Amino acid sequence: MEPILDVKDLSISFTQYSRGTRQVLLHVIRELFLTIQPGQIVAVVGSSGSGKSLLAHGILGILPYNSHMAGEITFLGQPLTQQRAEQVRGREMVLVPQGVTYLDPLMQVGPQLRKGKKDPQTKARFRQVLNRYGLGEEVETLYPFELSGGMARRVLIATAAEAAPRLVIADEPTPGLDARAASRVLGHFRELAEGGAGVLLITHDLELALTIAHRVTVFYAGVTIEEADAADFAAGKLRHPYTRALWNALPQNGFVPIPGAQLGPGEGGQGCPFAPRCTQARPECLGPVPYRSLDGGRVRCLYPEGGNL
Amino acid sequence: MSLEGMGLTFGYRGKGKKGVLDHVDLCLEPGERLGLSGPSGRGKTTLCKLLSGYERPDKGRVLVDGKPLGEYKGLCPVQMIWQHPETAVDPLMKLGDTLREGGPVEEGLLEALHIQPAWLDRYPTELSGGELQRFCIARALRPGVKYLLCDEITAMLDLITQAQMWSFLLEQAERRQLGLLIVSHNSALLERLCTRIQPL
Repeated sequence: MEPILDVKDLSISFTQYSRGTRQVLLHVIRELFLTIQPGQIVAVVGSSGSGKSLLAHGILGILPYNSHMAGEITFLGQPLTQQRAEQVRGREMVLVPQGVTYLDPLMQVGPQLRKGKKDPQTKARFRQVLNRYGLGEEVETLYPFELSGGMARRVLIATAAEAAPRLVIADEPTPGLDARAASRVLGHFRELAEGGAGVLLITHDLELALTIAHRVTVFYAGVTIEEADAADFAAGKLRHPYTRALWNALPQNGFVPIPGAQLGPGEGGQGCPFAPRCTQARPECLGPVPYRSLDGGRVRCLYPEGGNL
Repeated sequence: MSLEGMGLTFGYRGKGKKGVLDHVDLCLEPGERLGLSGPSGRGKTTLCKLLSGYERPDKGRVLVDGKPLGEYKGLCPVQMIWQHPETAVDPLMKLGDTLREGGPVEEGLLEALHIQPAWLDRYPTELSGGELQRFCIARALRPGVKYLLCDEITAMLDLITQAQMWSFLLEQAERRQLGLLIVSHNSALLERLCTRIQPL
C-alpha cells in the first residue's frame, strides 16, 4: 500500500543573528524519518524544545522565512513541494493546532469555520459536522474565548474533519483536558483513522501516544532516535536507552529520573544527542550514529538494547 | 501547625451567579503531601490562588499555623508554582534577574535543578517550558516558605524531566518539612506522590 506520508532524512535549520550582523546557522531538526500508512496513527513523542512542532510546520510548508528545510517529503506518492503544500493544506492535509489561540478571537465560531460563506448548503454541512462532535447550534454564535478547553478542541477537530482529509496532523491535542474529555478527543482521531486517513499525533505525552497510536517515533533534541510499535513498550522490546528511560520514568513504572537536561537546539554535534546523559555512552557515540533497522523498528544507537544488527 | 482553608467560597466577578468554590475545607500539615484531583473547571487552580493569597475568598478564611494569611508581612509562607511557567515569569527580564528578584539563591540549588549557568543570561522565550519550570521551582524554595502549592507543574514536561522535578521536590520537602499540595489530572502520578488524596 502506498504510504500517505513519507519523510526521508528531513532537516530544518534557522539562520539567526548572534552578535551584530554575524549570522549563525542553527540546526534544530536533523535526519528525521517518518512513514504513515492509510488508517495508521503515528505518534511523534518528544520533550518540549525537541522540535516537534517544527516538524508539523515543515510538512505544511508554514515555516518562517529564516528557515531552511532539506530532505524528501512524499505525500500520496508525489513529492511535496512548497507549491503543492499550499494547494493541499486545509484540504487533503489539515492541522489540528494546539489551542484556541489559532482561532480568530474577534470572529464567532460559526462564520469563522465557514470562512465567510453564507449559503444554506455550507451552513448545513458545517452544522452536521459540529453535531457529530456534540457541539450544538449555540456554539456557532460563541467567540473563541467563551469556549471551554474541551469545546475548543472539538471545534478545531471539527474544522479539520469537515475537509475530509487524507492526513491529519494533531499538535499536542490533549493538554489541559481531564481524562474523560481527553479520551473523547482521542476517540475522534481514531474515527478519522478508521475512515482511512493517516494521523500524525505530535505529543510530549508517551502514555497518551501508547493508548492510541500504532507506531511511535521518539524524538530527542531534534533527532529521531527510535521507531517502534506501540506494543513494543509494554513488551519491553525497546531499542534506545532514552526510550527505555522514558518508559521507566512513567509514574506507574518506577518513576525513575535521570540527571541532566536535554541539549538545546543546535548544541549537539554529529553524535548521539543523548550521549551526555547515557550511562552506556562510549567515546564513539560522539561521532556519526546511523539510523538503522532493528527488529521491526528503527534505532539510532551504536549499542542498542536487546538486539543484533 | 498547618495550612487551613475553612469554608472557602469564591466566584469570579461577572461569571454569573454560580460560584467556583462552595464551602471547601482543606487542611495541609507540614511534611504532608496532599493530592487534589478533579475534572477541569472544578476550581483546583482557584483554590490554590485563595490558599496562597492571590485572591481573597468571598466567604471563609485561610489560616497559616493559626494566623490569617493576610497578617503575614514580607515573604508569604505559602508559595504557588504555576502550570504554565512562561506566564509566571517577566518576559522582559533575564532569568538570572527574575531569580535574584526574590533574594539570594541558596547554594547548590541551581546545580540540583540542573539549571545551566548560561540560562541565567537568557530571556524566557529562549528557554523551553521544562527549563523555565526549574527556575520557578528554585524561586519558590526560599527559607521561610512552609507550604508549596504545585498546580499541574509537570503536565507539560516530558516524563524524565517530570520524574527529575519530583524526586528533587520530594527530597526538599522532606528536608525542609514542607507541606505540599499537588494538583494533577494524572491519577498514577498522584498515587505515586501523595500521602493523601482529596477529590474536589
